[in-house]
Amino acid sequence: MKIGVITFPGTLDDVDAARAARYADAEAVSLWHADEDLHGVDAVIVPGGFSYGDYLRCGAIARFAPVMTSVIEAAGKGMPVLGICNGFQILCEAGLLPGALVRNKNLHFVCRDQWLRVENTTTAWTSRYDAGAEILIPLKSGEGGYVADQSTLDELEGDGRVVFRYVGENPNGSRNDIAGVTSKNGRVVGLMPHPEHAIDALTGPSDDGLGIFYSAVDALTAA
Amino acid sequence: MTETLVIDTTARAADTPDTPQPYRELGLADDEYARVREILGRRPTDAELAMYSVMWSEHCSYKSSKKHLRYFGETTTPEMKAKMLAGIGENAGVVDIGDGWAVTFKVESHNHPSYVEPYQGAATGVGGIVRDILAMGARPLAVADALRFGPADAPDTRRVLPGVVAGVAGYGNCLGLPNIGGEVVFDASYAGNPLVNAMCVGAMRTEDLHLAFASGTGNKIILFGARTGLDGIGGVSVLASDTFSGDESAGGRKKLPSVQVGDPFTEKVLIECCLELFAKKLVVGIQDLGGAGLSCATSELAAAGDGGMHIELDRVPLRATGMTPAEILSSESQERMCAVVEPSKVDEFMAICRKWDVIATEIGEVTDGEHLVITWHGETVVDVPPRTVAHQGPVYDRPVVRPSTQDTLQASGTAGLARPSSPEEIHETLLRVISSPNQAAKDFVTEQYDRYVRGNTVLAQPADSGLIRIDENTGRGVAVSTDCNARFVYLDPYLGTQLALAESYRNVATSGATPLAVTNCLNFGAPTDPGVMWQFEQAVHGLADGCAQLGIPVTGGNVSFFNQTGETAILPTPVVGVLGVVDDVRRRIPTGIGAEAGETLLLLGETHDELDGSAWAQVVHDHLGGRPPKVDLERERLLAEILVAGSRDGMISAAHDLSDGGLAQTLVETMLVGQCGARVVLDEDADPFVQLFSESSGRVLVAVPRTEELRFTEMCTARGLPWRKSGVVDPESDSLEIQGLTTFPLAELREAWEGTLPKLFA
Repeated sequence: MKIGVITFPGTLDDVDAARAARYADAEAVSLWHADEDLHGVDAVIVPGGFSYGDYLRCGAIARFAPVMTSVIEAAGKGMPVLGICNGFQILCEAGLLPGALVRNKNLHFVCRDQWLRVENTTTAWTSRYDAGAEILIPLKSGEGGYVADQSTLDELEGDGRVVFRYVGENPNGSRNDIAGVTSKNGRVVGLMPHPEHAIDALTGPSDDGLGIFYSAVDALTAA
Repeated sequence: MTETLVIDTTARAADTPDTPQPYRELGLADDEYARVREILGRRPTDAELAMYSVMWSEHCSYKSSKKHLRYFGETTTPEMKAKMLAGIGENAGVVDIGDGWAVTFKVESHNHPSYVEPYQGAATGVGGIVRDILAMGARPLAVADALRFGPADAPDTRRVLPGVVAGVAGYGNCLGLPNIGGEVVFDASYAGNPLVNAMCVGAMRTEDLHLAFASGTGNKIILFGARTGLDGIGGVSVLASDTFSGDESAGGRKKLPSVQVGDPFTEKVLIECCLELFAKKLVVGIQDLGGAGLSCATSELAAAGDGGMHIELDRVPLRATGMTPAEILSSESQERMCAVVEPSKVDEFMAICRKWDVIATEIGEVTDGEHLVITWHGETVVDVPPRTVAHQGPVYDRPVVRPSTQDTLQASGTAGLARPSSPEEIHETLLRVISSPNQAAKDFVTEQYDRYVRGNTVLAQPADSGLIRIDENTGRGVAVSTDCNARFVYLDPYLGTQLALAESYRNVATSGATPLAVTNCLNFGAPTDPGVMWQFEQAVHGLADGCAQLGIPVTGGNVSFFNQTGETAILPTPVVGVLGVVDDVRRRIPTGIGAEAGETLLLLGETHDELDGSAWAQVVHDHLGGRPPKVDLERERLLAEILVAGSRDGMISAAHDLSDGGLAQTLVETMLVGQCGARVVLDEDADPFVQLFSESSGRVLVAVPRTEELRFTEMCTARGLPWRKSGVVDPESDSLEIQGLTTFPLAELREAWEGTLPKLFA
């Protein structure tokens, strides 16, 4: 089972995402932004960071990297793709997920341990969780406010495509407390919090994030 | 306008010996300028004058502090040096932490720029210290920032603090370095002079240590990273002003702000590029470009090698037009490195830079001469012995006088101040102390920093020290802490600095790590003030003597003078950083209680009536006078050994040191972090106020599982460490009960402790 982890210039959490994949007994494969070849991976993680410095708009440049052309194509054929934080922003920019991420309502970068509720356990990345489970995952972002137009929000809610929702105080002004969403086919998931930082209670607030990576391995094994 | 640019070559300098030069505006004294002329046997060119003036500045040459800093070397014994792989004089000190790992760490100040332009000043402070660590061949692993601001409610603090914090966050977060510690302190003396002391820790395999030197005739000098612009050359503009045609407005570009602008993305890419260059063994020597830019990098690289180097300055990639050689040499544009590379490896070097889209340019080579020669389109603009620039600057023997006010200051202790005695008064005092800006939770600041990136952060603020895992297979890691209670230093600079050392040392041990090495960032007022020089000398001696007593070396440091507003200097602030090693981070001691069922609280150490300079005196009486608490470094060492032994044998489930705010502060923090209540029993024979608020040193509050209590206390008794059973942890309780005195609901404590900074700054 091979999970590819993309590195753009400015990507920061690639080592963490690769570690999380290994913890879930998958093989982590490094994918370089300038390389169109996905090297035979079965799933892809677009990790967090500040791709190309994010000086223009988060994810706006990364979306055009050669590797993303291949990811968009593979996602179209049902490959599981996970976007975390900057990766979520990139997937939105790439059109794989609806909506966009804007500056936090308090204008500050926020790094804190955040409770999330798992709202959809049928995606390729969440099948290991019980419906409604509450998990503790680090959130760390300056532009994490999820926004979409009302009809998109209605559609997401109606179709059950909100995968994660913030519990307690909304940390960044996200519409409907949305922390993560999925594509129509449930194969592409994006979320602002960082499950790859919650795989071991030694270095994170919990190991609640591991379920995401195990879920992907399950999804691939079942396929 | 560039057509009228006249280049001041060495030939022109020789021909025009009497041309007046603006050396005073550049900060050189008459005798210093005369010495430059003597060294060169002629007047310096503009470019040479720029180099000497910046390299002989206080910031680069340590001319006022050098005489005193020698004391660190004199007091470091061979045993203390045993684990030191590189020390003072290198970009950063390097320590052998075992298993083939070397760790490098350093703190550097960026105080003045952070006052002028808080965001960029702080951001480039982080950038600079990270490049220092990188230049040792290490992967930067974590940062921490010791910050000092004016009064929390002062209008200007609302300008400076949010900017500094956002700058540290904006740069550090984008580099992907977890921020794992640091300090935030408020005091009126920092109002016009905030302190931004940035620390970075890095690690490498011992065989990969890179030192900055240029040797091997024919080796190429490669400048890589960002282009060179007009940042930070404010001072040198006096040189160029008369070489441009009369219209002053044409020099508008010279009115750029003097603070450099950082680009963390470029630095992140530069870090990864450098690490790949190191891994492929393509670098002979490397130096980062920080203060004094190319002047510093070229002269230091050449001086540390065989001396000979030729630089073709016109090859330097620029981002401004019409820059003069002096400006290019003085530019402090960020995110640049300078490497020495064997000719056969230049192609491979360049290929890796291209992969990372890093601009790299061969700008010269090592020569067999003894001079640093810099040419501009074929004409020589610099021809100097590099050691005279880099290492043979002036050394001052400044007057040192103990201020006449010191006796009065020490005589005016807290003895006459009203102390709370009734339970109600103590209750109110505790809430007042923990909600004061200095004692309150710093989450408003640290929540803006990424503490998780790279997945190796085991402990971070508000833990006593930051703890990061270095080796994922073995669990080996390092703990770092920075500390300085400047109020104590002001009362007694010698003892106050030892207290800073003791606290930092204790903080590292409180996480379960064995302290190994010390770094510092010495922030003081103007060295021209004999009283300030006395504080400085006392601080250096206190620190050096303390380190000798503890048997751990000072591996490096930084001096920042002129931290004052008018005639008023800041409180002397020698920030002391201690690095410790832990063989397996899984045995770290957390800060919060309640992780294990049935814990007993033990107070290790002794409490005396020591409240001069305390948080209580400041918060309740706005008082600073008297004498700081006593220091007992032998006791600190014993305490550290007990903590490490306790952590190794699984006898300690939580620990938190006692410092400002005393036991009261420590209890509140350990309970709120652990989200767990406790019942505390004070000594009936002693004053409860003293027990709760005294700041006696050498104390740590530990929680031990009841099953380990006897074994642990017997060890303390056998080894002669005083201890006192101070209460029990109660996971069922949501309050702090001080038996027979008063009870605080945790919610009340949390509101007091966590509410203050958001109210002031959010």
